[in-house]
Amino acid sequence: MTTISKVRYSRRSILKSGGAAVAAAALPAPMVWGQETKNITLRQFGTGVSNLNDVALKVKEDLGFNLEMTALDTDSVTQRAATQPNSFDIADIEYFICKKVWAAGNLQAMDTSKIAQYDNIAGTFRSGLLTPESTIAQGTAPHTVGFTTGVNGTKFVQEESGWMTLIPTIYNADTLGIRPDLIGRPINNWSELLNPEFKGKASILDISSIGIMDMALVVESMGEYTYPDKGNMTREEIDLTLGIFTEAKKNGQFRAFWKSFDESVNLMASGEVVIQSMWSPAITAVRSQGIPCVYQPLEEGYRSWGGGLGLSASLSGIELDAAYEYINWYLSGWVGGYLMRQGYYSAVPSTSKEFMSEDEWGYWYEGKASKGDIVSPTGAKLAGPGEVRDGGSFLDRMGSVVCWNSVMDENQYMVRKWNEFIAA
Amino acid sequence: MPTESISGKMKNSNLTGWALASPLMLVLLVFLVAPIIMIVVVSFWGATEWSIYPAFLFDNYEFLLTSDVTYRVFLNTFKYAFITWVCTLLIGFTVAYFLAFHIRTLTWQIALFLLCTIPFLTSNIIRMISWIPFLGRNGIANSTLISMGVIEEPLEWLLFSDFSVILAFVHLYTLFMVVPIFNTMMRIDKSLIEASVDAGATGWQTLWHVIIPLTKPGIMIGTIFVVALVMGDFITVRFMSGSQSANMGRLIQNDIALLQYPSASATAVILLITVLILIGTLLRFVDIRKEL
Repeated sequence: MTTISKVRYSRRSILKSGGAAVAAAALPAPMVWGQETKNITLRQFGTGVSNLNDVALKVKEDLGFNLEMTALDTDSVTQRAATQPNSFDIADIEYFICKKVWAAGNLQAMDTSKIAQYDNIAGTFRSGLLTPESTIAQGTAPHTVGFTTGVNGTKFVQEESGWMTLIPTIYNADTLGIRPDLIGRPINNWSELLNPEFKGKASILDISSIGIMDMALVVESMGEYTYPDKGNMTREEIDLTLGIFTEAKKNGQFRAFWKSFDESVNLMASGEVVIQSMWSPAITAVRSQGIPCVYQPLEEGYRSWGGGLGLSASLSGIELDAAYEYINWYLSGWVGGYLMRQGYYSAVPSTSKEFMSEDEWGYWYEGKASKGDIVSPTGAKLAGPGEVRDGGSFLDRMGSVVCWNSVMDENQYMVRKWNEFIAA
Repeated sequence: MPTESISGKMKNSNLTGWALASPLMLVLLVFLVAPIIMIVVVSFWGATEWSIYPAFLFDNYEFLLTSDVTYRVFLNTFKYAFITWVCTLLIGFTVAYFLAFHIRTLTWQIALFLLCTIPFLTSNIIRMISWIPFLGRNGIANSTLISMGVIEEPLEWLLFSDFSVILAFVHLYTLFMVVPIFNTMMRIDKSLIEASVDAGATGWQTLWHVIIPLTKPGIMIGTIFVVALVMGDFITVRFMSGSQSANMGRLIQNDIALLQYPSASATAVILLITVLILIGTLLRFVDIRKEL
């Protein structure tokens, strides 16, 4: 215990003075960590997006301890965070899930003074403002559930209190994915999802907190209704929204609904579906099969989501130290660079930049045309020279976010109605 | 033998009987009865976003029984069960009949029977999912039919439809019909069939008046298997309908995924009662105990 904290201190000071990349390169893991770390295993669970084996391997290499990853679908993640507190040490969850499960008391808040890169975390997760001029989008914006009163705080607070519920790691602006080769005309609005032209060839995701927001964007785009706050609908608004989609479903608009990432990839790649809600790496996966697929920017803007790492309430002592060390490592750039090259954004872009080539940074973050081939972390070619990322730069994309994945006050009612929509 | 000794023995064997049955009874109590009681109890509880709390509420049943979606889903569940039952019965009976009466040697019967079980060496999820690329819009079935000139446009209803759900059910569960029917057919005394033929019955008459009545217990056991499996299924419906259709299992699955355990329990209780009534009715027709 004493060895560990002393060692951690020395690493921290180097991190502060030298920068993450230098520290990581100059300090081989065994020197930093004592022998006992070899026996530490942290159990992390989350959705497939960031539970990557490459990360676990790199943790072993850089920090010396073991990281066990379990990838689940969004609903199972929520379920585990709420009901099985002893089955994990680190929860890799989305902010809207945090809103649902925080009150269950299975997570502990994190002391931001122990987070080396805290000051460099993107504004979206601290003040809520991407740039000082930004407006805050509707829905469960991360900063509204990002802070609490103390280590065991149960209420969320709206200012930077020094106790974070989740340490943000990854986020993105989501939109519709399309098959340009099968559609053959420009798509510019969310309303196209329910366009009869795509009857039997559309899909939406079957995860209520996310799907309802996509639906709201479609309903607004169709001109059917403008929500005062689509992130917090009334019962009537929920009925209206699901009513429109139930009717479309009965008319055969949808080919299928999807729940897991790979289902959406298969639907798109096989041509069963030509327009659907989609996640960025799913587009990447379709493209790496040589099939054209565009993450279409739409006039109404994006639906955004963010994920972060939470600590199990039962973590203490040496494991807690290791967890903080892991989180600091997570923000120090290697993972960020890895995730950015898949099309996500990292919470601390400045450190990720050091782990990306200039061309990669230009393509993924700045929205510039690529100079050479852009390849994924696993080596698949995603874009050739001269191509530009769908939607452009970080500020263009995150600046056009109009809502976040949400948990509403009427969530239980919404969930029941959602269930009926799926069963209708 | 003196009388007291007989009654003593009776008492003794009574005790032994109870003792012998108790391990099984314990297992059933702990692993069957207790969980069901738990489900019934929880079905009256309340739920928040992240937890469930003890209460005595009728909310879950009220919501379930007053929503017309529930009734449609119920109907759908029965529809899947009935159509699957008819298909598996026809196929299962034919296969069993062929194995039992047309294959002469026991060796071949066993060999062919084992052949039927080979697909079961892989996971049923894999067997089910492999239909998806086959039936898809640009799948093997559609491209073959188009190249043969049978159809011009790909058939949309092949995949993500009731057709694909039932196809997968039939594919997955026919063996559960074949096995018990084959089993009862093998026990039919061949001399009964000879007698029927000697009495001048045609092949169809023998089938209808001799073989089918004697195979009823097997059919009934197969029916119980298939109906219970189809009514309790959720994963086949989810994958083969592309999440677009629902049966009771899907309702329960959705509720559990959204942490609504009490509402899931209420649905489970209703489903359990329905299936029990159904099986109770089936057992009225045939005394399967006689055949086991």
